[in-house]
Amino acid sequence: MFAAHIPPLAGSLFSLLAIVSLLLAFVMLGSRWLNAYLGAFALQSWLIAVLSAAVAYYGGYPELYGIAALTALFRGLVLPYLLLRITRRLDVDRELHERLSPSASLVVGALLVVFAFVVATHLSTALGLGGTIAVLALTAMLSMKLIGFLMLVVRREVVSQILALLVIENGIFLGSQILVPGMPLLIEMVILFDLLVVVACFGVLVRYLIAHAGTTSSRELRRLVG
Amino acid sequence: MSPGSLVLVILLAPLTAVAGCQLVRSPRFAEYLNLAASVFVFAAVLWLLPVALGGPYILLRGYIIVDALGAWVLLSCSAVYLLASLYAIGYMRARNEPQRLHRFYALLAGFALTILLGPLMNNIGVYWIAIEFTTLISTFLVGFEKTREGVEAAWKYIVIVSAGISLALLGIVFYYWNASLHLGPSFNLTWATLRFVAPQLNPTMALTAFLLVFIGFGTKVGLAPMHTWLPDAHSEGPAPVSAMLSGALLNTAMVGIVRFIHVTDAVRLGGLPRTVVVVIGALSLAAAALFITRQTDIKRLMAYSSVEHMGVMTLGFGFGGPLGLAGALYHMLNHSLNKSLMFFGSGTAMHAFHSKRIGRIHHVLIAMPVAGALWLAGAIAITGAPPFALFLSELTILRAGLAGPNAWAVYVMLVLLVVIFVGFLNHFRAMYFGESAQAAAATVRWRPTSSERIWCLLPMWLALVPILVMGLWWPSAFTHYFNVIAAQLDRG
Repeated sequence: MFAAHIPPLAGSLFSLLAIVSLLLAFVMLGSRWLNAYLGAFALQSWLIAVLSAAVAYYGGYPELYGIAALTALFRGLVLPYLLLRITRRLDVDRELHERLSPSASLVVGALLVVFAFVVATHLSTALGLGGTIAVLALTAMLSMKLIGFLMLVVRREVVSQILALLVIENGIFLGSQILVPGMPLLIEMVILFDLLVVVACFGVLVRYLIAHAGTTSSRELRRLVG
Repeated sequence: MSPGSLVLVILLAPLTAVAGCQLVRSPRFAEYLNLAASVFVFAAVLWLLPVALGGPYILLRGYIIVDALGAWVLLSCSAVYLLASLYAIGYMRARNEPQRLHRFYALLAGFALTILLGPLMNNIGVYWIAIEFTTLISTFLVGFEKTREGVEAAWKYIVIVSAGISLALLGIVFYYWNASLHLGPSFNLTWATLRFVAPQLNPTMALTAFLLVFIGFGTKVGLAPMHTWLPDAHSEGPAPVSAMLSGALLNTAMVGIVRFIHVTDAVRLGGLPRTVVVVIGALSLAAAALFITRQTDIKRLMAYSSVEHMGVMTLGFGFGGPLGLAGALYHMLNHSLNKSLMFFGSGTAMHAFHSKRIGRIHHVLIAMPVAGALWLAGAIAITGAPPFALFLSELTILRAGLAGPNAWAVYVMLVLLVVIFVGFLNHFRAMYFGESAQAAAATVRWRPTSSERIWCLLPMWLALVPILVMGLWWPSAFTHYFNVIAAQLDRG
C-alpha cells in the first residue's frame, strides 16, 4: 500500500491535513452561525485539495493534480459562494431550532471520534496495517462521516443539511486519497456528488422557497407521516 | 443481432426521446415519441434475453456487462417503462396541463434511461454513479406536481438517499482498498475482479464493506429501517412515476445487492452476511405490515406494499440456493407488473374521486366498473393469493427458506404475510363496499373521454393478464433461465 511506504515528512503533512480537516468539522458542529459553517467547509475543501496535490506529488499520481484543482474550484469556491448567496437572499444567518445545543453536539461528536478510532484500529490491524497512517486516515474518514450524520440529525436549516451531506462526502474523499489514491473514477464520483448537491440546492430548495417564502427550516417539512 | 447493438438500442431509444421531447415542444409528439422509445426498449430487451444466456459479454472496454441477471432485471424494468408510458398518456391528458407535458416526458424517458443503465454496468464505481443519476432525475419527477407535499417528498428523497448511498461509496472504497493490497494500487474494480479476489479478502474488512454497501444500496431499495423516503416519494409523484419508482428503480438497486451477496459468498465468512440480509428482509416485512394495516392514503398503501415486496425479495436472495434465487427473481418480475397495475388503479381512482384518502373513496365498482374490477383483481394478486403469480413466487421463497439455516424467518414471513393480506384487503373492502351507493355515484367528478379511458385501461389489462397466466403456469424456460443466472453469478 502506498501510505505504508512514504517519507516521514509526507506522512506528517498528510496527518496534519487530516487532523485539521477533522477539527474544522468540529468547528461546524460547535457553531450556530451559517457563515461559520460555510467558512469552515470552504477551508476544509481547500485543505483536501492540498492533500490531493501532496498525494499526487509524493505518490506519483498525476491525475490527482486535476482532482485537486477541481476540488478547490468547486467545493472551495463555487459551492460555498452559491450557498452564501442563498443565505443572504433568505436572510437566515443562524440555526434557530437545533435539536441538540452546539456544546452538547460537540460532546457527542467527540464520542463519535472515539468510536471511529476504535473501528479504524480494528480494521487496520485486521489488514496488517496497524500503526501506519492508514489508521489516522480511516479515523478521519469515519469521524467526518459520523459527524456529518449527526449534523443531518440535529440541524434543521436546509442549508446546514446540505453542508452536512458535503461533510460526509469530504470525509470519504479525504480518506480515499490516502488509502486508495490509484482508484479510477474517483474524480467522476466527486463531481457527480457536487452536481447532486447543486441540484438539491437549486432545484428543490429554490422551488420550495418560491412556494413558501420565509421559511427554510426543514422543521416545516413534516406533513408526510405514517 | 449482437449484444452490443441491442444494448445500443436499449440506451439510445430513451436518449432520443429525451432530446426529441425537449426540441419539439408539442405534447402529442412527446407522448408518442416516449411511447415509441419504450416499445423499442421492450422489444430489444426481449431479444436480449436469449442472447444473454451465452454471456456474460463484456463490452465497451469492460464498462458494460450483458449477463442473464442483468437481462432479467431489464425485462421487468422495461415492461414497467412500457406500461407506464401507455398509462401516462391517458393520466397526464386528464390532468389538463399540456404546456408542461413535453418536460414530463423528457424527464420520464431520462429516468428510464438511468434505470436501464444500472443492470448493465460492469464497473462497480460506474454502477454507483448510475444509481446516483437515477436519484438526480427522479427528484424532479417526484416534485413535478409542485405542491407543498411534493416538494417535501423530493427534499426527503434526495437527502435520505444521498446520505444512504454515500455509505455504499464508503463500502466500495473499502472493497477497493482491500483488493488493492493484492492487485496493486490501480485497477478496474469490476464484478468479475471482485469475485476473483474475494477468497483473498480479509474477512473482517469484507464483512464491514458488505454491510456498508448493503445498507447503502438497501436505502435505495427501500429496506426497513432505511425506507422512510419511499412512501413519501412514491405517493407524491404522478401515478406513472410512482409505478416506475416502485416497479423499475427498486429493482435496479437490488441488482447490486444480489451481485454483492454472491461476491461475499466467496469470502470465508460463513453464513453471517446472508443472515444479516434475511434479518433486514424480515424487518422490512414487519415495518410494512404495521403501516399497511393503519394506512389512510391509497398511494402510501401501495408504497408500503413495495417495502413489503422488496423485503420478500431480499428474503429470497438471502435464503439463496437455486430455489431462493429463482423465487426472488420470479417475484421481481411479478411484483413489477402487479405494482404498476396497483398504481394505475390508484391513479384512476384519484382522478375519479379527487382524493387519495381511503375514507373518501366508496363503491369503486360503480364509479369505474372496468378499472375498478382490474384494480381489485390486482389487490388480491399483490397480497399473494392464488391463482396469481405472486403466490407461486412467495411459495417458492418459503420453500427455499425452510431448507436453509434461517428457517425461523420463514415463520416470521408467513405470519406477516397473513397480517398484510388481512390489512391490505380490509382497505379494499372499505373502498368497494359500505355506505350508500347513491352518495358514492354523486362524488364521482371525472368523466374520462373515450381515448383517455382506453389509454388508462389498456396497460392495466396488459399487467394483469401476464400475472394470471404466470400464476397458473411457471414456464420451464424460466427455470432454465434462473439456473443459468445462478451459474453465471457463482462463476463470477
